[in-house]
This record gives sequence, structure tokens and C-alpha cells, in this order.
Amino acid sequence: MSAPNKEFDPKQVSDLSEDSVNRMVAAALTAIGAAGDLSELKEVRLAHFGDRSPLALANREIGALPPAAKAEVGKRVGHAKAQIKDSLTSREEELELLRDQQALLQEVVDITVPTDREWTGGRHPLTTLMDAMADVFIAMGYSVAEGPELEAEWVNFDALNVPADHPARTMQDTFYVTSSDSGAVLRTQTSPIQIRAMLERDPPIYVVAPGRVYRTDELDATHTPVFHQIEGLAVDRGLTMAHLKGTLDHLAEQMFGAGIVTRLRPSYFPFTEPSAEVDLQCFVCRGSSIGNPDASCRTCGSEGWIEWGGCGMVNPRVLRAVGIDPHAYTGFAFGMGIERTLMFRNGVTDMRDMVEGDLRFTRAFGVEA
Amino acid sequence: MRIAASWITELTGVLAPGRDMAERLIAAGLEVEGVVVVGEGLMGDLVVGHVEDIEELREFKKPIRYCLVDVGAEHGGIRGIICGAQNFVIGDLVVVALPGTVLPGGFEISARETYGKLSNGMICSEREMGLGEDHDGILVLPKATAEAGTDAKPIVGIGDQILEIAVTPDRGYALSARGIAREVAIAYSVPFSDPIDRTPVLPAPTQTRKPAACASDDLESCDLFTLSTVVNFDPHAFTPQWMKNRLRECGMRSVSLAVDITNYVMLELGQPLHAFDLDKLQGMVRAGHPREGEIFETLDHVERTLSESDLVILDDRGTIGLAGVMGGLDAEISDSSTNIALEAAHFDATAIARSSRKYKLSSEASRRFERGVDRTIAPYAAARALELMLECGGGEYVGMNAVEAPMQVTVITISDQLPSRIAGMEIPAQQVVDLLTAVGCRVIHEDGQLEVAVPSWRPDITDQADLVEEVVRLIGYSNLPSTLPVAPAGRGLTHAQKLRRRVGTALAHAGLSEVLSYPFVGPLDLTALRIPAHDSRRDMPTLANPLSDEQPWLRSSILFTLIPAARRNIGRGHVTTPIFEAGSVFHGAVSTESIPVMTAEHRPTQAQWEALERALPNQPFHIGAVLSGDAQQAGWWGPARSFDWSDSVQLARTITQACGLELVVSRASDPMFHPGRCAQLQVTDSDGKMHMIGVAGELHPALIDSFGLSARSCAMEIDLSTVIAAAPLVRSAPIFSTQPVAKEDLALVVDINVDAVSVERALREGAGDLLESIRLFDVYSGPQIGEGKKSLAFALRFRSPDHTLSADETTKARESALARAVIQCGAALRA
Ligand SMILES: [Zn+2]
Repeated sequence: MSAPNKEFDPKQVSDLSEDSVNRMVAAALTAIGAAGDLSELKEVRLAHFGDRSPLALANREIGALPPAAKAEVGKRVGHAKAQIKDSLTSREEELELLRDQQALLQEVVDITVPTDREWTGGRHPLTTLMDAMADVFIAMGYSVAEGPELEAEWVNFDALNVPADHPARTMQDTFYVTSSDSGAVLRTQTSPIQIRAMLERDPPIYVVAPGRVYRTDELDATHTPVFHQIEGLAVDRGLTMAHLKGTLDHLAEQMFGAGIVTRLRPSYFPFTEPSAEVDLQCFVCRGSSIGNPDASCRTCGSEGWIEWGGCGMVNPRVLRAVGIDPHAYTGFAFGMGIERTLMFRNGVTDMRDMVEGDLRFTRAFGVEA
Repeated sequence: MRIAASWITELTGVLAPGRDMAERLIAAGLEVEGVVVVGEGLMGDLVVGHVEDIEELREFKKPIRYCLVDVGAEHGGIRGIICGAQNFVIGDLVVVALPGTVLPGGFEISARETYGKLSNGMICSEREMGLGEDHDGILVLPKATAEAGTDAKPIVGIGDQILEIAVTPDRGYALSARGIAREVAIAYSVPFSDPIDRTPVLPAPTQTRKPAACASDDLESCDLFTLSTVVNFDPHAFTPQWMKNRLRECGMRSVSLAVDITNYVMLELGQPLHAFDLDKLQGMVRAGHPREGEIFETLDHVERTLSESDLVILDDRGTIGLAGVMGGLDAEISDSSTNIALEAAHFDATAIARSSRKYKLSSEASRRFERGVDRTIAPYAAARALELMLECGGGEYVGMNAVEAPMQVTVITISDQLPSRIAGMEIPAQQVVDLLTAVGCRVIHEDGQLEVAVPSWRPDITDQADLVEEVVRLIGYSNLPSTLPVAPAGRGLTHAQKLRRRVGTALAHAGLSEVLSYPFVGPLDLTALRIPAHDSRRDMPTLANPLSDEQPWLRSSILFTLIPAARRNIGRGHVTTPIFEAGSVFHGAVSTESIPVMTAEHRPTQAQWEALERALPNQPFHIGAVLSGDAQQAGWWGPARSFDWSDSVQLARTITQACGLELVVSRASDPMFHPGRCAQLQVTDSDGKMHMIGVAGELHPALIDSFGLSARSCAMEIDLSTVIAAAPLVRSAPIFSTQPVAKEDLALVVDINVDAVSVERALREGAGDLLESIRLFDVYSGPQIGEGKKSLAFALRFRSPDHTLSADETTKARESALARAVIQCGAALRA
């Protein structure tokens, strides 16, 4: 380093001319622009902005300048330094951004690989279908009624006007508990829940009762000894068959789509009088397959209607058995099989799939049928 | 009941296709399951052939006949036909399918060389013509009833349309041509002329001998008994072909003329008849009761031990028939019986149903009596049968004896507005009267009231509602309006119902699949499940008639049937089987005397109802799960993680949390589970009461082995009814502080048998109110700790509700927690 130029001894070490400084700045800016990454930029900083950079060396010479020149040159060099510093800073920001972007690019994965570490489960579609059907009635103000699966014969049969020697009470259909005269059976239908509902509450009664029922059928493609039904019961003043029809039509529409209706055919059940079979309008072909072999329908067998369940006006004898005055109140009741509904609604072709507990069956439905 | 449309047409004059009749009958409430056409698919000629000559060919493995059959000049006269059947003789009339004819099933007849002869056609059996299943030989027509060459199709009934009707228990009258014809007449709005309005043509009884005597010892169960006598009947007389056709079309076989006639009249009028061989009877024929223990052999060659309460037909020697169900072998008419006693009686429906059920015997007769037979028709039906017998089989009519109890006509009074009120649509009173009259009622209409006398063939009509049904079904249910009733505002699902749904959904979201298993178990299952002899879970209801004798009980635990379901899944290749089931289980047996006998005439008393409820076993709602295989499957992320005991405990926690309850776990033992890896599960209700809710853990290796489950499979079962009963209806808001937290870790060494939960409880109690949370974050045992010891590391978080805790306060709380653990659990601070 030169000693202070007190004697005004002009010994020029660096060129501090405007040209020279401009050249230094230009060189520095070119180098900064050319720096491809942060480490190159670090070298550029050292070379053009470090202690040994030409500009720094030149800066040192300012002291040796005549006082008159000091101010001007000082200003020139300061300006040059600021220019380089700004350029360095902005280039550094650029390169940092680039570095961060590249770092993320390094982390690219195959986004299409399997992600199923955990298993997916599901609810049994019979459960969710029962819930869905019950929900239609809950929305209309009904309650869900319940009763035991092992039921008293009086509730399952007598109170429902199934007399002692009725064919439905023979050993062929009913599971008897302990012995055939113990008075206890596995309920053969959800109708005993009607009896309990009527014993437990006073009219008006609007209840729906989904549940498990039992008959002594062997398991095959269309039968199972353990199955499910949903039962509806309304007891009120002035209820009519028209109300029954309206309620069934509403259920059909909610479960199968706008405009789908039901059809009633006279039939016989001991606990209702008049009684009817309930047919559902085919929700697939809406009847267009009838007599139309070119567009046959598998869902309804080209009949246009699907057998769905039974219904009727509560037999006054049943009302009497639970202590409801049949002159003051009328009621309607209906019931349908859940397995059967699931079969035609969701295209299940074999009853065994529903009862054998194969988890593939359940999983396919998730938490909704 | 099967019936030919042509028979209906004969009775009503309604000439309509079978399908059309079927549709109208369905609308009126008869369940027509199908319409079939007799001999459908047959194309070409069937002609009557006269057998001129038979040459027996004996050189073949089975006897073969070469027949010369006259098929009429217009069909080529006499032709040779090979036939394998033996049941015909020269001079018989047979049915011949000529070459070119296609039989049902697509079999085309051609002239062909066979057995060394040219066979120029085929002599047909019933089955070959699509008439029925009878293949015992060819069909032989009654002698001299047709000319050779006549078209045989109408003679054997080909082309008849058969309606197949499933008769509901309330429509016994529809088990007859008479009853169905009445419904068809109403459906087509034509006047109905009842067949019984025509008087049978009978000669005056001969005076040569006395008709067989009869009586009823039990006028309640048999309120009408008639016995008619015919002698010198020709037992070999042919049944006319038209009658054979009708019997066959109704699904009955032709047996002999006398039996065929009793069956035919039953089909025509609905009155079962029974023909006895008069010469085998001794003394008076009575309806009554047998000696207790009497042995009686029915027609089906089964010996039955009778009891005094049975309703039977007797003569002086003993029982000769199970009344209304089946006759006896001894007095049965045979193909040589010439003297016949014909029984036509009315029996009580319940008595017949009881017999039929008791002896597991269902016959055409019992099916009709069970559903109710016209109370008045027996004498008429007998006369009709006698008419046919004399016409077809000759003989002399000797006379009819009868006994009868006084008859009561059912009269029901209803408002003429009742059908409108029940249907929910306007039905004019006059229409009500007309429709009830059409079904056979006699109606008196006065001051808005109808006094309705029910016809004798409709014993099912007993109540006002029955009359309403008659009216509305005939108007047609399709005409009912559709209106929604307005129910009072509802309360939605109960809390319990919501929680049951929520718990099931929570387990599904936890990766489990719900299955529904049959709740039947048996001794072999319980052995494989390791349930000891005196375990309370063996106290289960027993089925009197199980599907399989190996599984007579109703499960007391979901796992009893869910573990076998897991086995089935694994057997199908699902090594990983996380499944659950929610459903009823059954605790305790049903004693035979415990359920009160109650009438359905009125509401049970409170005491009766409570006794009934008490007598039924407890049936709580349980939820169970089996976890077999991998909790996490292997993948690019690394190896699989198998289910272990902790997953089953966590599953229980998922359930209690869904119900707003904290799960309390403690050590337990259960023979189904690994002795060292079984948890007892409890919850605390809002009153602070603890409830046992179930078990969870790793299944016993022996059980895993028996069922072929994956190693270390786990299971869990919870009594959801108890959990739900303890669940809070309203959940309390937490109170938490926003002051800074102070964290302290504590590593404690305890005896290996000390449960973490008890150490945690001690720390919690000792730490006091400043403790915000505590969590076990490490368990370690090994050489550094020493034999029989383990180290438990807890993270404690302290926080004050109102200020920043000082170091002193935190240390004090920590020391206090430690001190309690030292005292209660013998813990030592880990060095
Ligand atoms: Zn369709």
C-alpha cells in the first residue's frame, strides 16, 4: 500500500479515470450476469467486489489524489461500487430462486404409484339400504321402532291374527326356541315390531321398523334362512288405502327416481284387511320392455313391474289385540324384503353373496348402497 | 290350483284368451302365476289310430312291437309303426304322430327303417305330446270313442290354456272350477249361473237293499256327514277322455273311474269326496274319534298311531280314514270293487289343519278343508258324483244317508259408507250392494246400513273389513287415489340409533368391512373357540328345529360366528381380513313354562306383558371385529405391518370415542385370547359408574390354529347396548388455558408386571391440577434396566389457568407426581 501522498508526489498506481472505472463496472456486471450459480457468483463477488478487486485497489488510491480530485473520484468510485452491489444482490436473488426451484425438481416422484397403505372398509349394503329406506320415513316424521329377534309367539303370530293352526305357524317356516310349545320363536317377519309399537305408544303412531328375520329355508341363490325386512305402520284417525298408496309411491320415488310408482294387487295377509301385494314400476325400463322383445329388460323380466312386498289396512282384530279402538282409528302397514330390494336395485344376482360374509362384497359398496 | 280356460268358458260363457282371464283374475286378487298351453310347440298332425295287428319282435334287447295301425283313409289307411310300449292290444285306439309332425321339444317324426322294419309314424305317450309326465306307456283312448283318422288334438286337450293359480289361505272357494268361474264372471261382468243350480240326474233309489248307515259323533268337528251307496258298479269301466284331460290339466293322475269321479267333482265343486269299498266296511260309518293309541295305516302305506283327539272316520271295527286328510288302506276301493260307499262331509277347518300338521300329511282334500269348504254343498256333490258314476260305470243307486247339525249363516252389518271411508275414495252405496251381491252375499240395504248374509262358500268372510276388501278389490286397487298422510312432527332417530349408525361407519372408515353372519352355533364351534364347559357364554337359547343339528344354539357372542366368517374369507384367499359385525346376541335359555298364554281378543294386562318381556332372553346389541393379516400392506413405502393386539384395543377406543366415552383398559383373561395379551374394556358413565363393555386382544394361538387365521390375529367384542346407555347425551365443552406450557419428561423404572395404566394414574393423581396432559411415549426393557424391570417414559405438560408457571411450581408438581408413582407402583427414576 502506498504511503499518504503528502508531498503531492504523483505516483499513479491505478487508473481512476472515468473510462477506467466504467470499464471495471462493465467487466463486473458482465461477470455477474455470466455467473450460473451461487458459487460462481461468490467467485465473481470476490473478483469484482472483494478486497483485492480492481475497484477496491483503485479505491485505495483515492487518498493519494490531490484534494481537489478526491471528491470527484470518490463519488465516481462509490457510484461504481453501488452499481456492482445492486447487480450482485439481484443476481443472487435470481440464483437463489433458481437453486430452490431446482431443489424441488430434484424431488420429483412418480405420482401414479399406489398409495393404499391402509385398507378401505365398508358397511354392509343391507345395513345402509335399510338406513336409506328408514331415512325416507324419518323425513316424513316417522320414528324407527325396534323389537327383539327372539320373540314371543304371541307377538309374532297371535296378536297379528295368525291363528294357532294357520299354515304359517307350522314347523316348516318357523324356528321355534326350546320346543314347539315354548311360546318363543325367532321372529318370522318384522311385523311383531308393529305390535310392540302399538303397545308402547298411543295413536297417532307413525313408525318404520327395519330388522333381521328368520325362516327355515335352506340357503340358495334366492333364499336365505336369515334375512331382513323393513316394516311401516301408521295408525291415526281417518287413514285410508289412498294414504297407503301415497306413502308407497313416495317411497318408490325416493328410492328409485322421480315418477316411479307402485301398483297394488289384492292379496291375503292375516294382519291386514284389505291386503295387497306391492309391485314397483320397473325403474330401468319403466314398462317399455313389455311386449317388446327387441328391448327386453333383465330387471323386471320384461313385465314392467317388480314384486316388492305386501301391505294393507291394519286388521281391526290386530288393533283390538293391542287395545286400540278400531272404530276410532284405522291404520295401514306394509313390508318389503331388503335382500330382494338390494338384488334388483343394485344388481346382485346371487343371494349367497350377501350372506357369506365375503369382504369383497361389502368393500365394493363403501358406506352407501 | 290349475284349471283350463276351456273349463271356465264352459261354466261362464266367457270366451277369452287365458292371458286375458289371468290379468283380470290378478286384478281381482287371485294370484295367477302363469298360463301354459298344453302341447305347446306341437306342429302338424296327430290323428286317432286303430290298432289292427301287432307283431311282437323278440330278437332285440327289449320287447318291440311292429304294429299295423289304421290312421284313416285320408292319411293313407293302414301303416306299419314300430312301438316299444306294451300297454295296448289289438282293437285299441291310440294317437299317432304322422311323418312330418314336430312334437313339443322340437322332435320331428319321419318315416324310417328301424328294427328291420319301416316305421311310418309314431304312437305317442302323454309325455311325448307335452300333456304331462306320464311315460308308463302310450296313451290309449277309451274304446270306440272316435273314428280312425280323426284329429286327436282336441280329444287329448292339446291347445288348452292352463291357468296356474296360487290360492291364498282366505280363498278356499277358488280351489274349484265353480269358485274360479264365479270370479271370472264378475271380472267380465256377465251373469253367473252356479253349476249347483242344475239338479243332477239320478234314478230313484232302488229298494233292493238298505243304503249304508252313517253318523257323526262330533257335530262340532263334523257338522254334515253324508254316505251314498252304489252297487254293481263296473270297476273296469273307462274314464272318459275329457275327464282324464281335466284331471291331468289340474295336475292329478287318472287312477280308476270311481276315484277319478271323486277327484273330478272335487275339482269342479271344491267338495272332497271319499269312496270306500262297501264290502270292506262293517256296520255304521261314523265321523268321530279313535281309541287312544290305535294303529292305522293310511293310503300312503304309513302306519300312524292315533290319539283320541284326532278326527277320523270309523266303522264298527275301527278307523278307516283320517277325516278330510287321507283314507285308510283297508277300506280303500280297488280295481275290483263293485259296491261303493261314497262319503261327502263337512269338517271343521281347524280340526283338519291340526291333523294335517300333526301327521305331516297334506292332500288335495286337506288343503281344501283347511281353507274352508262350502258348508252346504256335500249332498249336492255326492249326487253329482253319483250321476257321473252311473253314467260312466253303470250300477244301481241304493240311496244316501245324512246327518247334519243346525247351520248358522254369518250376517254382518256395516255402514254403506264404510268401503268409501277405508278406501279413501267415493264408492256409491248402490255399487257396494251390487258388488257384494255378485260375490254371493244377500244384502238388505236400509237407512245407510247394510245387513249382509255371507254365502256358505265364503267362510273367510267374518268381519266388516272382509266385506270392505271384497268391494274394493272388485272396483280395482288400480283405481285408488294416491295421497300422502301428514304425520305429526317427528323426533328423528333416537340417540341410540344414531350412535349405532355412527359406530358402524367409524369402523368402516377405520378400514374394516361389515359382514352379516348367521347367528347359529353348535358344540363343535364352541370347542374350536375354546369356550370351557361352565363358561356363562354357553347359556344360550336352543332351537327346537335348527337348520343343522350341529348348530342348534343362538350365539351369545358375535365372535362365535364372526371368527368362522374370517376363516371363510381367508379360505377364499383374503389373507388380510379386517371384518366386523354388529347385531343381536342371545343370553340365556327360554323355559317352556315362562311365557304366559294370552288371548288376542284384547290388550294384554300390564302384568302379562311384563311376564312376557321377562321370559324372553336378554338380547343386547354387540359389535365384534376380527383383525387378521396386515394392518398396512407392503408397498414401495416398505414392508407390511401386521395387525397386533394394540390395533384391537385401538378399535375399541374408536368405538367408545364415537360415543363420547373414554375407554378404560385393564388386563384380563379369556380363553379365546392369548393369556398375556387380553384387555378388559370399560367405560365410565356421567355418574362416575364403571361399566364392563367387552374384551380385546390377540386371539389364542390354538384358536388361530383351529380356524386357520393369520398368526397373531386379533379380535374385539363390545356390548354396544351398554356403551350407548353410558354415553352422554350432551358433551361438555373443554376448559383450557392460553398460558405458556411447561414440559417435563419422566422416565421411570417399574416391575415388568406393573401396567402402564396404573403408573399413569399415579402420576396423574400426584401431579395435581396443573397437569394438562400425560402421554406414555416410550417403553423399554433390556440389560440397562435390569432383569424383571421395564422403563416407562412419560411426557407431562403443565399449565396454569391464569399465569406463567415458575420453575419452582413445575418442579414441585413433577416431584409430587414422581413421589406418588414411587409409593403406588414401586417406581424408581431411571438413572
Ligand atoms: Zn324393466
